[in-house]
Amino acid sequence: MGRRGVLRAAAGPAPVATPRDRTGVVRTVLRSPVGATSAVLLCLLVALAVFAPLLWGDRAAAIDTDALQQGPSPAHLLGTDQLGRDIFFRVLVATRLTIGLALLATVIGVAAGLVLGSAPSVLPRWAGRVVTSAVNIAVAFPGLLLALFFAVIFGTGTIGAVLAIAFAITPSFARLTQTLTASVAGRDFIAAARVCGVGRFRLLTRHVLPNIAEPLVINSTLAAGSALTAFAGLSFLGIGVQAPSYDWGRLLGEGLNRIYLSPAPALGPAVAVVVAGLAFNLFGEAAASAAGRRPQPVRRTPPAPESIVDDSGGGLLTVRNLRVTFPGGISPVRGVSFTVHEGEMIGVVGESGSGKSLTALAVSRLVEHPGEVTADRLEFDGRPLAATPDRELGTKLAMVFQDPMTSFNPTRRIGRQLAEVSEVHQGMSRRDALAKAVDRLRAVRIPEPERRAGQYPHEFSGGMRQRAMIAMGLMGEPRLVIADEPTTALDVTVQREVLRLLARIRAERTAGVLLISHDITVVAQTCDRVLVMYAGRIVEELPTAELFTAARHPYTTALLAAVPDLDTDRDAPLAVIPGRPPEPGEIGPGCPFAPRCPLAGDRCRTEEPELTAMADGHRVACWRSESELTLAATGGPR
Amino acid sequence: MTTAVRVRGGGTWLPFARRRAVRFLTSLWVLVTAAFLMIHLIPGDPVRESLGLSAPPEVVAARRAALGLEDPLPVQYWHYLTGLFRGELGTSLISGTPVADLIGDRLPATAQLAVLAFLVVVVVAVPVGVLMAVLTKGGRRRGAELAFTSTSVVLAAIPEFLLAVGLVGLFAVQLGAFPVAGNDAAGSWVLPVLALAIGPAAVLGRIVRVELLAVLGNDFVRTARAKRLPARLVYLRHALPNAVTATLTLGGMLLGALVAGTVLVENVFAWPGLGSTIVGSIQQKDYPAVQGIVLVYGAGVLLVNLVVDVVLALLDPRSTIREA
Amino acid sequence: MSELRFDAVSVRYGHHLAVDDVSLTVPSGQVVGLVGESGSGKSTLAATAVGLVPATAGRVLVDGAENHLRKVQMVFQDPYSSLDPRMSIGGSIAEAMPRGTDRRAEVARLLELVNLDPGRATALPSRLSGGQRQRVALARALAGRPEVVIADEITSALDVSVQGAVLNLVRDLQRQLGLSMLFISHNLAVVRYVSDRIAVMKSGRIVEEGPAERVLAAPEHPYTRELLAAAPRRHTRLEAS
Repeated sequence: MGRRGVLRAAAGPAPVATPRDRTGVVRTVLRSPVGATSAVLLCLLVALAVFAPLLWGDRAAAIDTDALQQGPSPAHLLGTDQLGRDIFFRVLVATRLTIGLALLATVIGVAAGLVLGSAPSVLPRWAGRVVTSAVNIAVAFPGLLLALFFAVIFGTGTIGAVLAIAFAITPSFARLTQTLTASVAGRDFIAAARVCGVGRFRLLTRHVLPNIAEPLVINSTLAAGSALTAFAGLSFLGIGVQAPSYDWGRLLGEGLNRIYLSPAPALGPAVAVVVAGLAFNLFGEAAASAAGRRPQPVRRTPPAPESIVDDSGGGLLTVRNLRVTFPGGISPVRGVSFTVHEGEMIGVVGESGSGKSLTALAVSRLVEHPGEVTADRLEFDGRPLAATPDRELGTKLAMVFQDPMTSFNPTRRIGRQLAEVSEVHQGMSRRDALAKAVDRLRAVRIPEPERRAGQYPHEFSGGMRQRAMIAMGLMGEPRLVIADEPTTALDVTVQREVLRLLARIRAERTAGVLLISHDITVVAQTCDRVLVMYAGRIVEELPTAELFTAARHPYTTALLAAVPDLDTDRDAPLAVIPGRPPEPGEIGPGCPFAPRCPLAGDRCRTEEPELTAMADGHRVACWRSESELTLAATGGPR
Repeated sequence: MTTAVRVRGGGTWLPFARRRAVRFLTSLWVLVTAAFLMIHLIPGDPVRESLGLSAPPEVVAARRAALGLEDPLPVQYWHYLTGLFRGELGTSLISGTPVADLIGDRLPATAQLAVLAFLVVVVVAVPVGVLMAVLTKGGRRRGAELAFTSTSVVLAAIPEFLLAVGLVGLFAVQLGAFPVAGNDAAGSWVLPVLALAIGPAAVLGRIVRVELLAVLGNDFVRTARAKRLPARLVYLRHALPNAVTATLTLGGMLLGALVAGTVLVENVFAWPGLGSTIVGSIQQKDYPAVQGIVLVYGAGVLLVNLVVDVVLALLDPRSTIREA
Repeated sequence: MSELRFDAVSVRYGHHLAVDDVSLTVPSGQVVGLVGESGSGKSTLAATAVGLVPATAGRVLVDGAENHLRKVQMVFQDPYSSLDPRMSIGGSIAEAMPRGTDRRAEVARLLELVNLDPGRATALPSRLSGGQRQRVALARALAGRPEVVIADEITSALDVSVQGAVLNLVRDLQRQLGLSMLFISHNLAVVRYVSDRIAVMKSGRIVEEGPAERVLAAPEHPYTRELLAAAPRRHTRLEAS
């Protein structure tokens, strides 16, 4: 694999675009300045390759014994060679041979690579393995070395060089095909097709190849650029094109011999090779980045109504009119207000895209550029969050994230990852901090904490990792624990342990807990109050004890009816909420739930309701009156 | 992701070492066999090709016998293998000197060139890549990102021998700042090293940036930020070690490509190394010499890959576990 | 419809015994719910039934016969991955049909059966929401005219508010067509809602199997009791440990 192959490998296989983007890719490429320039260059090269020999073939071959080895002059822009032939025209005429040979080598190499790369998925298993390991061995050797090897076997000369370069491309292309095929083969639609009885060959042609065609084409363009320069290299070394034929590489080699006297004859073909190589490479790069880019939703999120100014007494965490905005005017969190008191456990419930996780990140000051957080009030422990020093946040605010697999640094030992909190914020020595880490691991009931502290995250099970994450939060003196889907990745029996641990911290330390979950039953079991989020807003807030009896917002009541639990009536159909939740870029004017709401009226579609108090500790954002909602929730149509 | 891979500390090292050793030896065997077969795959009689059509048949026959080409293939293979263990690589058809001596004579110049160039690559590319990642994180400084990306794409797309020609044209011929060829003076190292290093440095710088940005998007970096660690620690302690894995894997391939690149660059600068020798040998059809040099280059590449994998295993304990 | 029977099936991956001597019967026209935690081997068991994973030991029988290609069809967990993004949904459904079917009419019939507009047969999956895709996957499974359908965690990748619609559809279709079905889920409440019988799997073994009411009301195995206790309920509160 050549240098560019390495770069490609670094970027990973070019992302597989969805089909509707396919025409879009071409358009995006041509629209980007780099893509347009390289496309024009490629067209120019092709035109030269076709017409140059016809137009200037005679002048390039004309021998002029009166002008041997001249430097550049108006008559001969790049000078003349040892037979007095004009080098400028020779460079132009050589375009055909150079490009033609490069493309020929690419086509052969790519075809051979495709065959070798897809063979394992059609061949019997053992034969596939042989092919795969052969490719793995060959790919370790640099392309140039392979090219030299094959050049020796096939002999110096044009055909030998074409085959040498083709076979030098082959292994990396076979490998690419294998990687791409494997990534597609692991997806369920292949398994589904196999279950349907689709044969191996059809599987390859109908399901695998169409899904990897795009990155293959892009990489072929890049390979053509590599082939072009590699060919120039071989010709330059004198083992490619042989006299009397000539390509850029050969002209370059001839020019280099007299670079002392005049650089132009060498630099002319060098520039030609560089420009042509760049044209292929840049076009490939532009195509790859166009394929990787997804069209962004362009609709701006309409501003949510201004929240009523709320001067009510704050708590441990006070949030008023919190917004998170991304470039393009997309606001996944649109004016959220709530309070967490000491020793209180608050649940935030919502589906994916409701803004609940982003809310958690915003109130812990972890939203990164380009996201922007604004709020009328955002205070933690009586101080504006923005003004709270890191040291204080690091010890008083604990975070627990969803996926304990990925939330620990895989290259550092668990104990050290815990200890650094105390080292950085509490000025402890390495040793004391590690001792404290062991102590905290014991506190969350991890067996053999001394040994476990010395292990890496991959040596922990999922539930244990999540407990270690909580232990990390306990390195300081947490006043607030923010847990974002802490049990989603865990099994139910483990889930219970983690929830109990959070409840215990709340009870023992009178810490506040903000528990974010998509599972309303999890929240109902553990929290004091529930905030129901939909499309970036809180639509209802009520005490957990009343959740199943007094919930009023149509979304909340529908959600409760749609999720089966162990007490659901098995003979009645589950309630269905038509449609799906909106993406942050899709929110129009009016109540975002209106398109799915059985009670929606005209006002709901034009004006967004504000979260208003219905009873003590119970707030609902809905235009319908309390009596209408009560009727709908208790006996009305669902 | 269901069943976490649970392993006892150190328990994965032995299987890893065994697996890696098997791969290295297999690759080496394939390389040796390919080098051996190279002479036999050449259409026609290599000795006749080498000595020319005018050579008397007796001379050709004698040379064939001396090279052992009259023996059955397996016997020749056996002789080749046993010869390798004794450090014998055959005799040059042109000069008649042992190929091993030839290589011993030329290898140091090439090795020095490659190592020096690689050091330059790492010293330049890693800091630049890290800096660019930090500066352009989260879509900041679009202009700087565009400038860096396009520069690196252009530099990476120029093959090293053209870069060499350009450098010679500019610095040696026009400005006279450095010698055009040879490796006698200290100044004569500058241009060849630059010609070899610029392309890979551009690629590696880009890889470092891309990898670091990818790592910065990981959950555990968010965890580190949630611990309110200073930015310096987040980058150096948590992000960089995780970017090293991919960087090193690709860096190894880059180093392999750089080793091969010496062939071309040596020819531009008339550098007295293996690269200029192999090209001369190919042109003169001195097959034993070509065979020996290909073997040395190939073994060098395999060794680089092995070293990279071992270093990787030391840095990242997970890499010793093969994914199912 | 017919009966699916696992007869002493074991599956071994290297040293790991994913499925350990499992015997389980899905009676004709009934739904057997299979619960268990991640890694318990339930998905591997499903894969053996459709031939995606060969059984190391034992047999999978449909109506007593071992050769049952296409007779068992499966709906996968992730509808974003189980439909070929480059093939129209009609194409995906038609591919599963036996030879000699009037494909166009049958695709339209099946789409209607899963409450989708037959006019969308030419649409690509990217135009559909997760719930709609899962319905297409269901239609594809039915296109092969299966004797038995296996549903492997079919609601766990869906948004909570659309799960209900898919579960309702599964129940309606099963009753309407009298399908035999193996319904796999980690969610006991979901399994309870659709199943006639419940089997509990742990570490590759079936630890308990019986009529749904009995297993839920009077669990015999300690692990079943643990699962039941751990399943979140509306009216119980979890106290600090």
